Formats: sequence, structure tokens, C-alpha cells
Amino acid sequence: MTETGTLVHDAPDPPPPPQRSTGDVVRMILRGFGQTLITAGVVVLLFLVYEVYVTNWFADRAQAKVHSALEKEWANGDDPLLPLPGGGVTQLPAGEGIANLYIPRLGRDFAWTIVQGGSYGVSQEELNKGPVHYAGTALPGQRGNFGVAGHRVGHGEPFLNLDKLRPGDAVIVETAKDWYVYTVLGNPQTGDLSATSPPVDVPGREIVSPGDGDVLRPWPDHVTPSNYQPVFRLMTMTTCTPKFSATSRMIVHAQLTPGETFAKPKDDSPMPSQVKALYNEVSS
Amino acid sequence: MYTWIWRHLPGGVAVKALQALVIFCLVAALLMFVIFPWIEPHLPINRVTVNGG
Repeated sequence: MTETGTLVHDAPDPPPPPQRSTGDVVRMILRGFGQTLITAGVVVLLFLVYEVYVTNWFADRAQAKVHSALEKEWANGDDPLLPLPGGGVTQLPAGEGIANLYIPRLGRDFAWTIVQGGSYGVSQEELNKGPVHYAGTALPGQRGNFGVAGHRVGHGEPFLNLDKLRPGDAVIVETAKDWYVYTVLGNPQTGDLSATSPPVDVPGREIVSPGDGDVLRPWPDHVTPSNYQPVFRLMTMTTCTPKFSATSRMIVHAQLTPGETFAKPKDDSPMPSQVKALYNEVSS
Repeated sequence: MYTWIWRHLPGGVAVKALQALVIFCLVAALLMFVIFPWIEPHLPINRVTVNGG
């Protein structure tokens, strides 16, 4: 045996004395209580680390997968958004990439592959791969409302800085065939995101309650008959607000910019110069 | 509890500390890769969809 000397108090205790004093019991309970609190604190800290860092690693890997799968599909000349031959309704593959999203205001490195949501609602599993297209809402460039949900904090946090968007900002969506440029609504002159103007009459940004599905209507926030034929080509992004909270939703609406849809010569063509130029227009 | 664990770890202080660190890392990994991913969808944070999406 080499362990002697300094470790006396750590040596195995002799059998406990027959009677414990009240002080011993109180001390033991207090110590147990204190250790439980410290443990709980450490677990909460670890959860924060998980939420803010670890989920991002998971999401980056998942996003890289859907992105490369989509690029591959495009390179093969396939397009997940293409209608079925015979005009059947396309059943988009839930959990797979359908388009790419770029927002110059959020930086040159802001590039996300949008994942298709399931027909029974957007699931956490899909959201953990990237921004998710609400199934049943319009497709990129179509008349109606292209709805996309994204995480605000953790899980890749694609929409962390959605609140930084200003009226007139470009939101770029790349599909196999086209580049679509949407413009964030609101008043670009005054910078007022909540301003609405006819004929679209939809604000650039609004904060709504989680149950408010009206923001995803083909014409957001407007009651339309069931046989309504969408007129405007809109896009709506939803995320949570405030950060780390489920209290409300931040909604950003954008409209397809007239004359700013660029057909791709080939399915995997690079970003055209007109779209690239949008990055230089971002004012600080 | 921690006293009990410390007392039952074999070896000297350095060896015990190393083992304690390993145990901590194992528990942390279990939390990060199993328990948190499982529990997170049930927590009222990070809901980003509308209409129950």
C-alpha cells in the first residue's frame, strides 16, 4: 500500500458510529441538497452549451447532406419541384432539399438548402436540417405564398438574424431551373417594416401569436374565398421571437420582384451576375 | 453522493481526479447525445412554425 499520509480523510470510513447526532443528520441533508443544486446548475449549463453549439454541429452535418444531395440531383438534370408527367400533383419528398436560399443582407456566407416539410406539418426533424418549406404552400416563384420556417437559435440557426432584414432587401431563391429574387415588403423609403401598401397590402414584418396561421395564407392576413386564385407571388418566413422563446412568431413577408427571375441555362449553372450584384447593393 | 463516489474510486488523488474527469465526460456525452436530443422537442423553446405547423 502506497496511499498513506495525506489521504487520511479520504480513507474508507470505519463502520458508522451507532448513533448520529442531530447535527450530523442536518449536515448530511444540507450537503445532499447543496450537491443536488450544483448538479442541476451544471446540467442547465450543459444544456445551454448543447442548445447553442452542439445542435449547430448536428445541423451543419445534416444541412451539408441535404445540400450535396440536391446539388447532385440538379447536376443529373433532376428537379424535385418538377410536376409529375401527366400533370399529377407532385408529392414532394419530405426531409429532402428542394431549393437554395440566399439573403445578401445576412452576408455572403448565408446560403441554406430549403428542406421540404411533411404534409402533416413541419417536424422538428426537418427543421434540424435547415429551413423548411411548409407543405401545401406555394413553390418558389409560383403565385400564392411560399412559406418557410427556420430555427432562430441553435440547430444551425438559419433565421437568427431575420430581424435584421429591412424593407426592399433581396431574398434569393434558387431552384433547379430558375433564380427568383423576392423583395422584403414594407416601406423602403422610411424603413418601416410594418407599412402596408396596396395592392399587396401585406407588411414586411409582423409579430404574431403561434396559432396565427393567417400569415401563411396564399394572400397573407386576408380572408379569401375557398376558390381563391392567388394573384401575388409572395414568400413568408417564420421563426420564433424573442430568441429562446416560444411566446411569439416573427414573420417576414416578401414579394417576387418583377423582372427579376432568371432562368438557368443549365440546372447547375452558377449565380448570374444580376443576382450577384444584389450583394453589392446591401447598404449598411 | 460525490463523496461516496470519490471514496470508492481506486488509486491516488491524481488517478481519482482523472477517473472523476472521465466519469464527468461520460455523463456529459450521455446528456448531449442522448438525453438532451430526446427531451428537447418536449420543451417550449425554439418553436418556429405557426398554426401548430
